[in-house]
Amino acid sequence: MSEREVAVVGVGQSDFGALFADRSTQRDAAALAVDALAEALQDAGLKATDVDGLLTARVGYEAVANAAGLHGLRLVNGFDGSGRMSGLAVHQAAMAIRSGEVDTVALAYGTNARSAQVDFSAAYADSTAQLDAIYGMASPGAYTAMMFQHYCQLYGADEDCLMPVALNNRRHAALNPRAALRRPLDAQGYLDSPRLAAPLRLPDYCVVADGGVALVLTTLERAADLPHRPVSIAASAVRADVRPNYVNQDLYHSACQDIAARLRARTGLAPEDVDCLQVYDNFTPIVLFALEGFGHADRGTAWQWVRDHQLGFDGSRPLNTSGGHTGEGYLQGWALHVEAVRQIRGQGGERQVPNCDVVQYMCASPVSSSHVLVGR
Amino acid sequence: MIPDGALPPEVTAVNGPFWAGSAAGELRLQRCSSCGTVRHPAAQRCPACLSPDYRWEAMSGDAVLWSWTVLHRAPVPAYAGRVPYLVAYVRLREGPYMITHLRGDLTELSVGMPLRIVFEPAGADRAVPVAAVVQ
Repeated sequence: MSEREVAVVGVGQSDFGALFADRSTQRDAAALAVDALAEALQDAGLKATDVDGLLTARVGYEAVANAAGLHGLRLVNGFDGSGRMSGLAVHQAAMAIRSGEVDTVALAYGTNARSAQVDFSAAYADSTAQLDAIYGMASPGAYTAMMFQHYCQLYGADEDCLMPVALNNRRHAALNPRAALRRPLDAQGYLDSPRLAAPLRLPDYCVVADGGVALVLTTLERAADLPHRPVSIAASAVRADVRPNYVNQDLYHSACQDIAARLRARTGLAPEDVDCLQVYDNFTPIVLFALEGFGHADRGTAWQWVRDHQLGFDGSRPLNTSGGHTGEGYLQGWALHVEAVRQIRGQGGERQVPNCDVVQYMCASPVSSSHVLVGR
Repeated sequence: MIPDGALPPEVTAVNGPFWAGSAAGELRLQRCSSCGTVRHPAAQRCPACLSPDYRWEAMSGDAVLWSWTVLHRAPVPAYAGRVPYLVAYVRLREGPYMITHLRGDLTELSVGMPLRIVFEPAGADRAVPVAAVVQ
């Protein structure tokens, strides 16, 4: 028997912009996840009784399973609240369906990071955290600034080279009715923005948001009978290379290269076959590292690639079409997956990529991951 | 100067010799007795071979600059009054990396520039390593 194929058949999400605008009360992250899950099941044309696997992130599986009436689950787990978990959770759901152990997996994520004023600067269990704090050092953004400074020095990149990435996200967010930051940003606005961890400026940072996101995955065979164009997960892969702190001296390159080689072997698809990119961008330098690691740009050249290639809808590989984490909001990779599905379904509205059949999700991080999604 | 309030972590059985070394003006790290790997921060076992056996050794004190950032907003409360301030990431000759401050002429920084580990007081009775630019 050949291996079963997996498809995303349902997506759901909050209106991140509406939640962003009102931070008067602290929201319940699990409730946001359940709302998104209800929407995703409806979108899929499925009921809670069809679901036999549940993976949650940032919120406990108990709360979601109880609230959504999910019983008799053959796969269940709750992933932690770091963004690197989204790609990993989707990968694990796909593996479980391929194995035949489960048929239909619900993935539900919720965050109240904005209304609860979560401090991400100390959110990670770095083994050097106490030592680094002596010197005033903490926060993934500051460590990423160090990786970017190293990159600039190594490859002769200008420290303003992130601007096309930041502006592209904000242009796309303005076209996304549910984005957190829809206010446009121009070049002068970018250059005048305050530095946080130099060389990074405020628009290079993700926008902490509230919201829920959910996905429903099942077999490609079953997807054929459901309402929307099936979006198959043609391949997915993960590689963890965690370090004592957020700095990876290799800029995640070898991890991403390893994943890219596995994806290519499984799909036969090369970077130029991809129609649209959804790139994990907690900070804009990560986009450069991902473009190089996953083979879209040669090593040391992504800073020129983002300048010379159109990242927008008239370009060869439109990138972060819903605004990414710096525009749509920091939904920790989850909303990027939803956007990938919408693009393949042709539901992108004003931000639709023409003839979009292949979308790649890429995350360069201590747990790097990537998926190739193909419309069937 | 390390600001008041940015206190080094508590001295424990595992990290004690590191802090004793700092107080004595010497960078002491663990070297695995089995495979020879030098590690930092202090840990019970070697991350390269999992051996629990190690000895504390004085390092050369030579390092090179890997990268740096200038923080305009302090992610650590004790540094709120210090912004903007520079934090560096340096690679010790023996292999491990560490976050630290730079001392000396910082007008032209570059990856790979040579540094020398020196020590500064922190709190009432502690000392911490920082990296001085080698002229």
